[in-house]
Amino acid sequence: MDLSIFTPELLKAIGWGIIETLYMTLFSTLLAYVIGLPVGILLVTTAKDGVTPLPWFNAILGFIVNLMRSIPFIILLILVLPFTRLVVGTTIGSTATVVPLVISAAPFIARMVESSLREVDAGVIEAAHSMGATPIQIVWKVMLPEATPSLIIGSAIAVTTILGYTAMSGFVGGGGLGTIAVNYGYYRYKTDVMLVTVLLLVLIVQVFQELGMRISLAGDKRAR
Amino acid sequence: MDSIIQRKNELIRIEGLGKTFTSKSGSVTALKNINLSIYSGEIFGIIGLSGAGKSTLVRCINFLERPTEGDVIFDGESLSSLTPAQLRIRRRSMGMIFQQFNLLMQRTALANITFPLEIAGVPKERALERARELLQIVGLADREKAYPSQLSGGQKQRIAIARALATEPKVLLCDEATSALDPTTTASILALIKDINRKLGITVIIITHEMSVIEEICSRVAIIDHSKIAEVGDVDEIFIRPKSEIARKLIFPEGPRETLFNGEHCVRIVFDGKSSFEPVIANLILECQTPVNILYANTKNVNGTALGQMLLQLPESESSRKRVLAYLTVKGIPFTEETIRQED
Ligand SMILES: Nc1ncnc2c1ncn2[C@@H]1O[C@H](COP(=O)(O)OP(=O)(O)O)[C@@H](O)[C@H]1O
Ligand SMILES: [Mg+2]
Repeated sequence: MDLSIFTPELLKAIGWGIIETLYMTLFSTLLAYVIGLPVGILLVTTAKDGVTPLPWFNAILGFIVNLMRSIPFIILLILVLPFTRLVVGTTIGSTATVVPLVISAAPFIARMVESSLREVDAGVIEAAHSMGATPIQIVWKVMLPEATPSLIIGSAIAVTTILGYTAMSGFVGGGGLGTIAVNYGYYRYKTDVMLVTVLLLVLIVQVFQELGMRISLAGDKRAR
Repeated sequence: MDSIIQRKNELIRIEGLGKTFTSKSGSVTALKNINLSIYSGEIFGIIGLSGAGKSTLVRCINFLERPTEGDVIFDGESLSSLTPAQLRIRRRSMGMIFQQFNLLMQRTALANITFPLEIAGVPKERALERARELLQIVGLADREKAYPSQLSGGQKQRIAIARALATEPKVLLCDEATSALDPTTTASILALIKDINRKLGITVIIITHEMSVIEEICSRVAIIDHSKIAEVGDVDEIFIRPKSEIARKLIFPEGPRETLFNGEHCVRIVFDGKSSFEPVIANLILECQTPVNILYANTKNVNGTALGQMLLQLPESESSRKRVLAYLTVKGIPFTEETIRQED
């Protein structure tokens, strides 16, 4: 590997890329949860066996979620360009990338939240019913707290998936490490640079995954 | 008798209750025309084989399951006439415990007990005070910070009992509350329930498939078989004179042993605590001048009194048989004549 290509400017760009990547990832995850968490909760509560059954609503919501999940991210990136311009004012850069990231990640997060909440023991929910808990109390005081360890693992998966998407958005000038990898590795044939960015991405994924697992385990009172 | 006074005070009346589950694949009738009265302060048992409809019945009592027919009158109030919000408030007067304990795994023992109080909007300080009181009652005052995963099955059920009592219910519904526990722990949990019934005056409904649980603490019992009440009455009465086939089966689950014998002329005799086997049989043989064959014998402890049951095969000779039956009648020993057939 020829280290001379790693000029101070490039190193600075990579450093900046890391920051942009983290910003896009975390900000998108946060916004995607703002949408995905309530949708996930609704998917569970309005199901046939949920605390507030509403089958037709559940069917429609499920359909929309599936529809959005079936659009490949790279296509969504382009499809939402007009909308991105409307919201952010530009289609280039990390903030602009947040828009398709959120749209793409929210339904995925909704399904993960749904699956975490479904793991909550039906017997515990029944016990809460027997004490006269309202549906909101059951969601808020039983389902979410009982599912917290699983929700945290889910969020680690969400973060790492979104991180992958940010790299993909590099192709359309999304900013972050993805853009660096594309600009250097793809357009200028500097594979070394691309390799370094990939390594950095791998590292960030590992950190988030490990962090998620540890927080989840530390908070899980089922473990002795 | 104090039981007569108790019986005037009906806490729960189940009226013509039926429950049919309907799904795309068809319908299952879990309960048919159930009529029962449960009186204030009693420990009432509901026993039946698996799938008989016990859980459905107990879940209909607090309307976790809405009956498709009939009604439940709780403390003079028709539950079917209540709005969902009213029903939720009513449920605070009906504590419930389960086979699998159903504790909140992410909350400490103490926080599990304050949970129903939180839901009821009781101020935090008062809730904590009450929860600590209850921990004392169930004998786990030193484990308030433990999480359910750190507790044994018996301890979990104690916490569940404390949780069920938090809102000062009038009745405690127990659905197979000891079925996941070993015999020693079962005995201690039953003792606790009995204690709570006596000291706090809480009515208890015990659902079980084990006759031993009924014998241990229930005063009255309903036997449920194939979605219907087969028999209901005082536990000792049903034990002495079981009328239904299912009652006999539940009282003596060891029953299949009897079928080892083919017998035309059998009597089943029952002893109460006053007599015991040996002198009765010895005297019977001496007085009737005829041997009898003891096919089966068993003693049980029902609510503190020893009750014995014995299956005798009588001699072929009709006159000897008549002498034996006359002897039993004269001595006032309850008996039923039976023919024991070999079952497949
Ligand atoms: N939610 C349900 N949907 C359909 N069938 C049910 C449901 N709950 C119970 N059943 C049926 O009702 C019958 C009685 O069940 P259950 O009350 O659980 O019996 P037990 O508690 O005596 O074992 C069984 O045949 C069972 O399959
Ligand atoms: Mg059951």
